[in-house]
Amino acid sequence: MKETIGFSLNGKPVSFEVDPDRILLWVLRYDLGLTGTKYGCGEGLCGACTVIVDGKAVRSCLLQVKAVAGKAVTTIEGLAKNGELHPLQKAFVEQDALQCGYCTPGMIMHAYSLLLNTPRPTRSQIIEHMDGNLCRCGAHKRIIQAIQTAAKEP
Amino acid sequence: MKREPKGQGSVYEECLELDGAGPNGVRPWGERRSPLRFDRRQFLQLVGGGIVVCFSLSDSLALQEGERRRGMGRALPQDFNAFLRIGEDGRVSGFTGKVEYGQGVITSLAQMLAEELDVPLESVDMTMGDTGLCPWDQGTFGSMTTRIFGPAFRAAAAEAKAVLVELAAEQLQVPKERLKTKAGVVYEEAGQKKVTYAELAQGKKILRHLKGAAVKTPADFALVGKPVSRRDAREKVTGQAKYAGDVKEPGLLHARILRPPAHGAKLIRADTSGAREIEGVQIIEDGELIAVLHPYPDLAERALANIKAQYDRPAPTVDDKTIFDHLLKVAAQGATVAEGGNLAEGRNTAHQVLDQTYLNSYVSHAPIETHAALAKIEGNKATLWASTQTPFALRDAAAALLGLPAQNVRVITPYIGGAFGGKSNNQQALEAVRLAKLAGKPVQVVWTRAEEFFYDTFRPAAVVKIQAGVTESGLISFWDYGVYFAGERGAAQFYNIPHHRTVAYGSGWTAAPGSHPFATGPWRAPGNNTNSFARESHIDMLAAKAGMDPVEFRLKNLKDERMRRVLQAAARKFGWSAAKTPSQRGYGVACGTDANSYVAHMAEVAVDKNTGNVRVKWVVCAQEMGLCVNPEGARLQMEGAITMGLGYALSEEVRFQGGEILDSNFDTYTIPRFSWLPEIETVILDAKDSPPQGGGEPPIICVGAVIANAVFDATGARLLQLPMTPERVKDALSRI
Repeated sequence: MKETIGFSLNGKPVSFEVDPDRILLWVLRYDLGLTGTKYGCGEGLCGACTVIVDGKAVRSCLLQVKAVAGKAVTTIEGLAKNGELHPLQKAFVEQDALQCGYCTPGMIMHAYSLLLNTPRPTRSQIIEHMDGNLCRCGAHKRIIQAIQTAAKEP
Repeated sequence: MKREPKGQGSVYEECLELDGAGPNGVRPWGERRSPLRFDRRQFLQLVGGGIVVCFSLSDSLALQEGERRRGMGRALPQDFNAFLRIGEDGRVSGFTGKVEYGQGVITSLAQMLAEELDVPLESVDMTMGDTGLCPWDQGTFGSMTTRIFGPAFRAAAAEAKAVLVELAAEQLQVPKERLKTKAGVVYEEAGQKKVTYAELAQGKKILRHLKGAAVKTPADFALVGKPVSRRDAREKVTGQAKYAGDVKEPGLLHARILRPPAHGAKLIRADTSGAREIEGVQIIEDGELIAVLHPYPDLAERALANIKAQYDRPAPTVDDKTIFDHLLKVAAQGATVAEGGNLAEGRNTAHQVLDQTYLNSYVSHAPIETHAALAKIEGNKATLWASTQTPFALRDAAAALLGLPAQNVRVITPYIGGAFGGKSNNQQALEAVRLAKLAGKPVQVVWTRAEEFFYDTFRPAAVVKIQAGVTESGLISFWDYGVYFAGERGAAQFYNIPHHRTVAYGSGWTAAPGSHPFATGPWRAPGNNTNSFARESHIDMLAAKAGMDPVEFRLKNLKDERMRRVLQAAARKFGWSAAKTPSQRGYGVACGTDANSYVAHMAEVAVDKNTGNVRVKWVVCAQEMGLCVNPEGARLQMEGAITMGLGYALSEEVRFQGGEILDSNFDTYTIPRFSWLPEIETVILDAKDSPPQGGGEPPIICVGAVIANAVFDATGARLLQLPMTPERVKDALSRI
């Protein structure tokens, strides 16, 4: 039943034996040890599990691992390069755009997908893009500010 | 986040051995009522030397006052329940049973330590919520960390500094009066001599209790009162921050537990044969507890789905529509919270009387991190990692479940992904303990979102009945207030009313069996959201009856100077201009007190009369919270509370039929989103000469009322029930 599945994970190739129907979120968290991607609702309703697959934000709680075979997957652990934070991560720190921090990886990954395609988003584009990501602490105001700040980075 | 004391490994491990050491054995963090007994030499060995100052919450006058006022009459801890240490490397470590769930105390507590000790913030480490390293603490709730724990924490730091100065005086041969401290150095004010804290702590084993060294006055603050960014942010933006569900142990199994379809349902039979087809699964059947364990959580989930279970379900007797009548029927006898004057006399002087009933639905905490825990049992010791607001209560409950002494159980609290009062019960952690014991392996329990909604201890549905009158000149002549099931927090009014009575029927989130069809519990500023919604709506209606602007009316009936100042500050920021309601502008005002802080909110809304949709455009919140330790942290809490409050005001209510919870995820239970976000402006009033008060809860208490009042101002429709869903708004519009 297991198959060998290979994909690019945070810029490095990975290949391993896995039941191809298993859910990407749990494979990332337990098989691959990347616990930055969080479980929040299991039905794609909160965005805590957001990762980037081939440049698009996806909800890893809904995705079977076979769907990413041969593709490029980026998680929150893959954003900083050599200890240097990504401009979005820097802006989230500077703007205090988090409280409990649990939704933060999903927020940053979802914002990252926006900036990939729309490097200079308007405030309303940010709000529209981020609307499916839930934060219970109410950091929304700061998250919008952080995305605006990161978008101004050269 | 965690930094264990240098050199000695885990204090916890050492403690276990020493605990049985006889009458002189060390048990530095004994039970709440245990007599003071610890050996200073051994304790210092445990924490690794340096300079240690121990202190107790009972050293905080604020706590004594609070406990006395609440009439709790409980014994305070006899021994210390927190300590700080200046290590031989000069680093400062604070150890406290308080936990960090987003409210920011990991930053503000470190800030207080750094201020009093005159060390850079970067040299302070906080170890929080670890029952193996931190002394006993009651739990983190009630906006009490800063206002009640904070003063004792500051005093301990001042004591530590006094010790350092004494040591320096000896070493430098300079009278201590001529010594100053700055950035971790004691130096001669008019000379060359100096010595660092690290040098002073070198080879020392000094243990001190509070003797009463003076804390700084606000004029001397260099760090307290300055905005400081969150210290946990870097870990949280890189995905490195660990939550209970992120912890791993060798041989770990993930549990999925068979759940009933409704509260009160009884399991008749379960066929687990289908689950056994999943490779690697382990099935646990222990009475009503049926669980599947698997190395991978998604395969445990698959196995659980293969179990066929039959339940006997009691016929539902109440639902989310009939609950209010039910609650009024079963309400406990009333207890008077506050009273004064003579109501009959007040009624006689009233020109107009207003009688109204306010309703408030069950609301879920809905943190994005569901309840999670990992339990590992080795021999007669257990270690738990849990998302909990009450690690010490969990330690004791787990110990009782396992038949072990409490000191054999260590609870470690990693970062918590939101709590809001909902992570005090520890059900998930005790499930993990039970399953780990039965399986003989470490077990992790991470609730699904449906389990989170099912077992949440909801904010109770509640009813408030108010009868009040105004005189011809616009003075409130009497106030007769009854609150059912929300409790007394925020119930007593603060206006200048000659004849008044406030009665609470039932104590709040705990109610007699048969009251609520499921568990209820404290929800951010418990009771106060309900009470403030009712009181401030009623005040607004009295203003309208008196033909007065609602801000003018409040000021006319307010003598409390703190409240007047907060209300006026909000009005200035908002640019409030007087008008009778409904003015069509969509402006609302509300004020209240919580955790000894004062807040006033103003809001502007737009109401779509066709859809009934309320759009909150702008919210101003002014807060007087005594000394504000970290204005940046306080603003985050204010913004967060306002944003979160939009949910209970506009959309959040748990729908149910008997014990069946109909909302199981965020598709039907709608919490605030980016597209709801109003402009938010916060004002923190300068009160640095008063002791610090609560900041995490007060700014949420008026959100329901301020929006209800703004909706009335926009439309003339009065909403008497929260949440103000589009259907209820349309219904209210149709009644104008």
